[in-house]
Amino acid sequence: MLSVKTDNGCHSRSDQKKRDFVSERAKIIPPSGIRRFFDLAGQMENVISLGVGEPDYSTPWHICDAAITSIEQGHTAYTSNTGMESLRNELHRFLQEYYQLDYNPSNEMIITTGVSEGLDIVIRAVVNPGDEVLVVDPSYVSYSPCVTMAGGIPVPVPCTEKDRFRLTPDVLMEHITPQSKVLVLNFPNNPTGGVMRREDLEAVADIAIDHDLLILSDEVYAELTYEGHHIATASIDGLWERTITLSGFSKAFAMTGWRLGYVCAPPELTAAVLKIHQYVMLSAPTMSQYAALEALKHGEDAMRDMVREYHLRRNLFVDGLNRIGLTCHTPEGAFYAFPSVKGTGLTDYEFAERLITEAGVAVVPGSVFGSGGIGHIRCSYAVSRQELSEAIRRMDDFIRSLP
Amino acid sequence: MDDIDRSLLSLLEEDCTTPLHELAVMLGCDDEEVAKRKKQLEEEGIIRRYSAVINWEQVDKGAVYAIIELKVSPERDHGYDRIAERISRFANVRSLRLRTGTHDLQLLVSGKSMQEIARFVSEHVAPMERIRETATHIIMKTYKENGVLYVEREDGQRLPFSF
Repeated sequence: MLSVKTDNGCHSRSDQKKRDFVSERAKIIPPSGIRRFFDLAGQMENVISLGVGEPDYSTPWHICDAAITSIEQGHTAYTSNTGMESLRNELHRFLQEYYQLDYNPSNEMIITTGVSEGLDIVIRAVVNPGDEVLVVDPSYVSYSPCVTMAGGIPVPVPCTEKDRFRLTPDVLMEHITPQSKVLVLNFPNNPTGGVMRREDLEAVADIAIDHDLLILSDEVYAELTYEGHHIATASIDGLWERTITLSGFSKAFAMTGWRLGYVCAPPELTAAVLKIHQYVMLSAPTMSQYAALEALKHGEDAMRDMVREYHLRRNLFVDGLNRIGLTCHTPEGAFYAFPSVKGTGLTDYEFAERLITEAGVAVVPGSVFGSGGIGHIRCSYAVSRQELSEAIRRMDDFIRSLP
Repeated sequence: MDDIDRSLLSLLEEDCTTPLHELAVMLGCDDEEVAKRKKQLEEEGIIRRYSAVINWEQVDKGAVYAIIELKVSPERDHGYDRIAERISRFANVRSLRLRTGTHDLQLLVSGKSMQEIARFVSEHVAPMERIRETATHIIMKTYKENGVLYVEREDGQRLPFSF
């Protein structure tokens, strides 16, 4: 066998015959819908990006400091598979105080590497090939691909603007079949900012119980609820037994890069999820767990300050959108506005592409989040108020320039 | 004092030049109500003044700032109040606090030169009745004032798009 080295010492790439190694599953997952927007944003200067899905704040310094200290003290080994006991205990207190959720720290909780990992392992733990998984639509981009990779069939359940982007029992009923097994909820919702009130969840609970569905509830934006208080799915009568709660530290504590989340579920489900977690992840990053412990213990004031600021920005931005003719329902949670661009005569993709190239404002076309997002754009208001005002001004000029 | 008042105060503290209408939109109430609340907070003395945070070190290279700590014998019936009130009349006293620790009163004073600070301490403060001891600390550099950073710091970068 000849081994040819090139000038830089690396092996050269030969044209040997080989079969297609990529799995069918990997092939059927759709590629990211906005690759070219990344490229466009990269080419332009002075772009205001409302395309971000993360806080503009740096992690509060006392949280970073706790992580640095943990490294200095040599806490750099694996933790228990389920995460540090002190963190789980503190999380138990937090969930009880904030959302009246009672999960046993010893066998009903797993600390995960972001909600992303939690979502993947939970879906793998509960979906059999051929199972139908009802997914609210529009919603975060990962649910359906994760279901597909687990061999399940994602079934979008539309949440429309006329229902304030909430899931209604009637629409849910229309999509239930004998194969339906799991319902994925994501409220406060990314990308719409829609929230479910107690009565909305109670209506869903009746159906879930009647049809013996398991609910996966991704509540990573729970703390970012502006009108009233977030209602946790598992806190509704009859739902704790059939709900897996997914959440994390990324949004509330401005900790996206730390990759830390958690899965809470009844013990038999937790045990199943834990089996997968211990093989694919072993444990969540240790320094991040120390940071999260500090966040739960002493980070609530900083969190409240950030939430108050998002609330002000939301009011400012949504008022601006409506003023320039992009009608927008008032998002009651998360940090996204989801205005309709149908009035402009452009599709959401056309609008987003022209807005970035002609006006220097980056937004995400709504159809990236499912067919329920067609005709809308997702604008993150996790940017400074000055930038929001400037973005509104640019969008106004852009809309006026349209025929 | 409700949540709207608190938010209004934070917004004004951050930038008191924010237009009234913009404040109203953010707070979710109408312009008149914000004007009324603002006036009330001014009248109650909660809002003391509208001012700018200025890095004078950058403007006036020779200016000197010093923290002066004083040990004071308090007066019967008045404690530290009368002497503090007297010291606070000096225009170059930027702030004045009663605090715990080794000294009682702490002043932040400004001056055009070291000599001016020295003269203020030796001629005005130290000879005052009831002042038992002074300690003067010259400020070398300010990094943060009133919650505002004086040093340039690069923010972390975010990807232009994320879900």
